Amino acid sequence: MSAIPANTGPAGAGTEIPEGDELVRIEHVTKHFPVRSGGLIRRTLGQVHAVDDVSLVIPQGKTLGLVGETGSGKSTLARCVAGLIPVTSGRVIFNGRDITNLSRGAMRPLRRDVQMIFQDPYSSLNPRRRVGAIIGDPFAIHKIASGGERKRQVQELMERVGLNPEHYNRFPAEFSGGQRQRIGVARALALRPKLIICDEPVSALDVSIQAQVLNLLSDLQKDYGLTYLFIAHDLEVVRHVSDSVAVMYLGRIDEAGPKTDVYGSPRHPYTAALLSAAPAADPDTAASRQRIILTGDVPSPILPPSGCRFHPRCPKARPLCAQQEPQLEAKAGDAATHVTACHFPVVAGEDLAGAGRSDVA
Amino acid sequence: MAVVAIVCNACRVTCAYGAYAQVTRPEEETVALLEVRDLRVSFNTADGVVQAVRGVSFDVDAGQTLGIVGESGSGKTVLTQTLLGLTPGADITGSAKFDGTDLLELTEEQMRHIRGARISVIFQDPLTSLHPLYRVGWQVAEMVRAHDKSVSKKEANERAVDLLRKVGIPRAEQRANDYPHQFSGGMRQRVMIAMALSLSPAMIVADEPTTALDATVQAQILDLLLRLQQESGTALIMITHDLGVVADIADEVLVMYAGRAAEKAPKRDIFYEPHHPYTKGLLESIPSSSAAGDRLRPIPGQPPSLIHLPAGCKFHPRCGYVMDRCLTEEPELRPVGETGFHASACWLPVAAAGLTEQAEELREVTVREGRGEAAAEVAEAAASDVPGAAVVGIDGEGVAG
Repeated sequence: MSAIPANTGPAGAGTEIPEGDELVRIEHVTKHFPVRSGGLIRRTLGQVHAVDDVSLVIPQGKTLGLVGETGSGKSTLARCVAGLIPVTSGRVIFNGRDITNLSRGAMRPLRRDVQMIFQDPYSSLNPRRRVGAIIGDPFAIHKIASGGERKRQVQELMERVGLNPEHYNRFPAEFSGGQRQRIGVARALALRPKLIICDEPVSALDVSIQAQVLNLLSDLQKDYGLTYLFIAHDLEVVRHVSDSVAVMYLGRIDEAGPKTDVYGSPRHPYTAALLSAAPAADPDTAASRQRIILTGDVPSPILPPSGCRFHPRCPKARPLCAQQEPQLEAKAGDAATHVTACHFPVVAGEDLAGAGRSDVA
Repeated sequence: MAVVAIVCNACRVTCAYGAYAQVTRPEEETVALLEVRDLRVSFNTADGVVQAVRGVSFDVDAGQTLGIVGESGSGKTVLTQTLLGLTPGADITGSAKFDGTDLLELTEEQMRHIRGARISVIFQDPLTSLHPLYRVGWQVAEMVRAHDKSVSKKEANERAVDLLRKVGIPRAEQRANDYPHQFSGGMRQRVMIAMALSLSPAMIVADEPTTALDATVQAQILDLLLRLQQESGTALIMITHDLGVVADIADEVLVMYAGRAAEKAPKRDIFYEPHHPYTKGLLESIPSSSAAGDRLRPIPGQPPSLIHLPAGCKFHPRCGYVMDRCLTEEPELRPVGETGFHASACWLPVAAAGLTEQAEELREVTVREGRGEAAAEVAEAAASDVPGAAVVGIDGEGVAG
């Protein structure tokens, strides 16, 4: 490892940063994908505004929950942070170092520090390779351990995530969904990363198995001081695992802040609608709460609405919302860490329900 | 022919046909719209016989919603597809009386007249359920025409547009000429609902209708389903793995595990007075606001293979309250709790329902008495499988630990 210059910060060898200090800083990250015409001359017809001017900070040892619906850009943002796709503009700073658009070679040592766990435990594991080989891949790629030593380390990992180490030579097909997700966790954990990006890690699992995996993730965080960027569409899961939460809508952050603030007193109408729409496994709560039923669908990210992107579906929208884009800032009465991008934020006790039912009338 | 004593309403105890669970329905009530009795479905495969459904009984009344909850592989989808004649090649026994006719005895031709017209289905994935090459309006109109040839094409098209409007598709006249790919997921599911409603069926089977949808869209669709059901008095069977959806719209809930009903009760009893440890485990596995940040209490282990089912109670390898008799004897559904509509298939005492400390104490006392060495071993295996799981009496840790 000595071949790597000190200033590129090889994984694990860098200075440990104390808990609470920022590990990841995302500054004005924007990612647009071109839309091209078919045919011989491929003209660019437009841009998919997947992520637009997003800024976030993830402190060391904490979990940032990223919530949003399909197409809100949360997975794209995660892939930008992991360096899997180049960003259009903006900066990603990891552990004090700008890692935006590094070359493949420069990125490689960094990949030890940033790992991912994917949603689908079926398609994210190669069905033709044995579990031991899958989990051992990171060791092989980074030339860390080989032969008997690799096997020993892999079996240790398997035991750590609750798999039987004797199943080293089995194929993924011989495991259930929950066990496969544990294989994914073991693989992500192999190189003792600093940051693990969990992209919907429990969405494909049954609820009893989901709880097993969530507990495992929280144990690992405590034991190894891991930092998580946790993406999910299930608000209760995010509430359970996160320290702070960011809500995305159509490529932008609508609201972000400490978990208790965002869940306790949502200021953006979209956050409020999302929270009210989440099914609660409690008949009394379900019967008594006022659901905010949003009208219509998420607009196309190719031509996002003017002004506030949520205004066509917002029960509180006024003319200003269509003209001027709201800034992400702390609203009156909120903590400085609780920021909202809305001209007319929701106040406590406000009734938004019933305002948006015109399409089903 | 020997006459079998079938219903024990008077004594309200389990008889030879205990799975009847007459407990949920006083006898003087009128006949339910759908009466399923001791339904068993198995498939012969190269690996062995898959026992997908193993003796399930339930009723659905007109205008009522039955929620069927269970994990992947619990048999909930096979159960309802069998009712609709969609499980060819399966070995089926039992009966399923729908409005007086036994669905299981119908020929394919007869079934075709019922399926779609009297009982319609909404599937999970609206993209694969719609034909990608036909216009949406045409597909809804076809549904009408397939069952009633006397309707002209023009009339059918008009009905289709009306239906699309009814399920909340804006500019229905124009949108009827669009193809499915031009619709979003939520809109496609609305189209499926329009098709399901097109012939004013007496019952709708919705198989995970909102699982593929986002939370805000799911709220729209559930809202729509509820409203349409109230307007038309249609019975609804809602299959889901999401207890939140059940809490929202079900009247009665059937919890399935390994092809059987583990517990059956009105919605409130399931959520507030659960008796079966599996139901209780499911409720405790859900991350919720009350326990934010705490460790979750998962159910240890995995659901069993439906080919190699464990002996005794099928839940015992994962159960925190496992006792010796659970290893060998499979409990039947029997009345529990105080309401009289609540049935559970578990050997724990009838009074051990609910999430109170009292109920928990009763469960623990029973388990201490009923657990010998064999069961203790099973409990220990379960506890070591998943650290932190709810298992009574391991290492001196109570369930509340």
